[in-house]
Amino acid sequence: MGAIEVENVSKRYGNCQALEQVSLDIQAGEIYGLIGPDGAGKTTLFRILVTLLLPDNGSARVEGLDVVKDFMAIRRHIGYMPGRFSLYQDLTVAENLDFFATMFGTTITENYENIREIYSQIEPFRDRRAGKLSGGMKQKLALCCALVHRPSVLFLDEPTTGVDAVSRKDFWNMLYRIRESGVTILVSTPYMDEASLCDRISLIQKGHLIETGTPAAIVAQYPHRLFGVSGKPAYPLLKFLRRCPDLLRCFSFGSEHHVAVEPGTISPEQLQARIQAEGFSDVVVREIEPNIEDCFMELAKEERQES
Amino acid sequence: MKEFFSFIRKEFRHIFRDRRTILIVLVMPIVQIILFGFAVSTEVHDARVDIVGDTGDPSVRQMVERIDRNPYLNVAAVYESVTEVAERFRAGKSDVAVCFERDFDERLHHYGKASVRVLGDGSDPNTAQMIVNYVNGVLSAVQGDLSATGGPQMASSPHVQYMYNPAVLSSYNFVPGVMGLILMLVCSMMTAISIVREKESGTMELLLVSPIRPMGVIISKAIPYLALSLVNLVTILLLSRFVLGVPLRGSLFLLSVVSVLFILASLGIGLLISVISSTQKTALLISGMGLTMPTMIFSGIIFPCESMPVILQYVSDIIPAKWYIIMVKKVMIEGVGFGYIYPEFLILLLMTVFLLVVSVRLFKRRL
Repeated sequence: MGAIEVENVSKRYGNCQALEQVSLDIQAGEIYGLIGPDGAGKTTLFRILVTLLLPDNGSARVEGLDVVKDFMAIRRHIGYMPGRFSLYQDLTVAENLDFFATMFGTTITENYENIREIYSQIEPFRDRRAGKLSGGMKQKLALCCALVHRPSVLFLDEPTTGVDAVSRKDFWNMLYRIRESGVTILVSTPYMDEASLCDRISLIQKGHLIETGTPAAIVAQYPHRLFGVSGKPAYPLLKFLRRCPDLLRCFSFGSEHHVAVEPGTISPEQLQARIQAEGFSDVVVREIEPNIEDCFMELAKEERQES
Repeated sequence: MKEFFSFIRKEFRHIFRDRRTILIVLVMPIVQIILFGFAVSTEVHDARVDIVGDTGDPSVRQMVERIDRNPYLNVAAVYESVTEVAERFRAGKSDVAVCFERDFDERLHHYGKASVRVLGDGSDPNTAQMIVNYVNGVLSAVQGDLSATGGPQMASSPHVQYMYNPAVLSSYNFVPGVMGLILMLVCSMMTAISIVREKESGTMELLLVSPIRPMGVIISKAIPYLALSLVNLVTILLLSRFVLGVPLRGSLFLLSVVSVLFILASLGIGLLISVISSTQKTALLISGMGLTMPTMIFSGIIFPCESMPVILQYVSDIIPAKWYIIMVKKVMIEGVGFGYIYPEFLILLLMTVFLLVVSVRLFKRRL
């Protein structure tokens, strides 16, 4: 039995289909990532699973308990960290933690071991108001509040949004340690680079799951060759690449453009020569390994063409 | 139970850490009572009275002296003819003119009848009426004296006395009104806002996910405001008794019971507002426009319900504050017991039960 089982769940707001026939099977003790852009339906799925919303169709179980029928029982087993910082800004760090501990029928001292590692980092600021904490510290406090009652399933909705790179790395290390104690973690993120940190992921787009699997397996399924192209000036280069009919797709990716080509049609050297002939300077074209974002773009495009 | 106390402690922290909330909850009631009691009074002090007539005439002089001695009236100027008075009104230098006819004393004693004309500046009808009433009061008092001392018999005039408010002090009306207004404001508006704030900040999501029951959330939210309302009730009563001099003739216990009932009704309204609004702004607007205004207008604080069109009278019937204010007036000013207020008490009780049941049922346990 999985820790979280979702079967054909649909949810509609007015004429906006937030989720359509979503199914998931998440094993106990894994970090499962829900990857997708803003508005893909991640938060809706989270809210259904933490019993805050009712699905229109389909069913879902958390720890074998039905999210509709047994919602009160589920609420004792789960920890939830909503997307926005949702603690009391006018209460101090200690007061917030104490409040949420009491609400779940426990105390900080009783479960101190469970949160010690994270809480020790913010404990020096225990008398500071939560509203005056930095983004990274707020996130740690929110995680403490979600963990203080020893949940067996942890729902983290975009926990790293708005957090700096170093704190994000810290955060993922914390998640790995939490997983070691047997907690199942469902985490959503719009950052594709965090996808590879999960045990398994689902890519979600416009309410559909477009792919599910381990990050490595998803990357391995990428059907094209991928070149990283850089050159100056960057934006005209992108426009030029998009005009070439033999290149499949082209996306700007930081300082590089990622260009997908059909295997066997064009080599990096040929492409480099063609770009240089157009008068671009500092041109570098190299073959690269696709990452999750490339896969997402590819899959999202296929999905759009199908529908 | 521990959850409960922890929740209530948290609510008190929210209240005491927000200066604006403190201002609204604890300072505003005091300011309002004092404002309504002193500044916003419908009594008229030192109205300027112009006299038109012959001050050499003994009866006129007697009356002018009596007018001047009245604490509410001051003789400003004396004129020979009425034409000058019009100019005085226009310049805003005078509030009322008392015109005695020629040979006033002689006519009074010979014919037993002499006429006085009272001219009021009617641009503010309420004030004008009040001043004219004062002048009338003085004139009829002089008349009474004249008749009593064997002077000329004059047509009898009614002697008016206000049984429960002999001095016709407006604070007798405003204190119960402001009590209703403040308790409603603190309970409804603040409860609504404090619940909606949790919705807005996302903490409601966490509370709903926790095992605490919605009923627990509601009660814990309500108790701090109930407590603060009781504090307010005590302050208002002390202020009105010792600063404004409004008597508390009835039983304090009965007044407290009635007030607690009204506080519960207000909490019900607050919960209802919090259920239907999703932002603090909406909650504030609904309680301001949809609650405070109708309460001011329809509860009889400013305009007597009896003089409203029938339709508006029906509207005023659904305002809980109206019934509360009626009861407070009866208990405080008239000093009657429960036997005289039970119809109003029953109406308010039904409203309270209805409001609480509906709002608790509507309070969502999901998003």
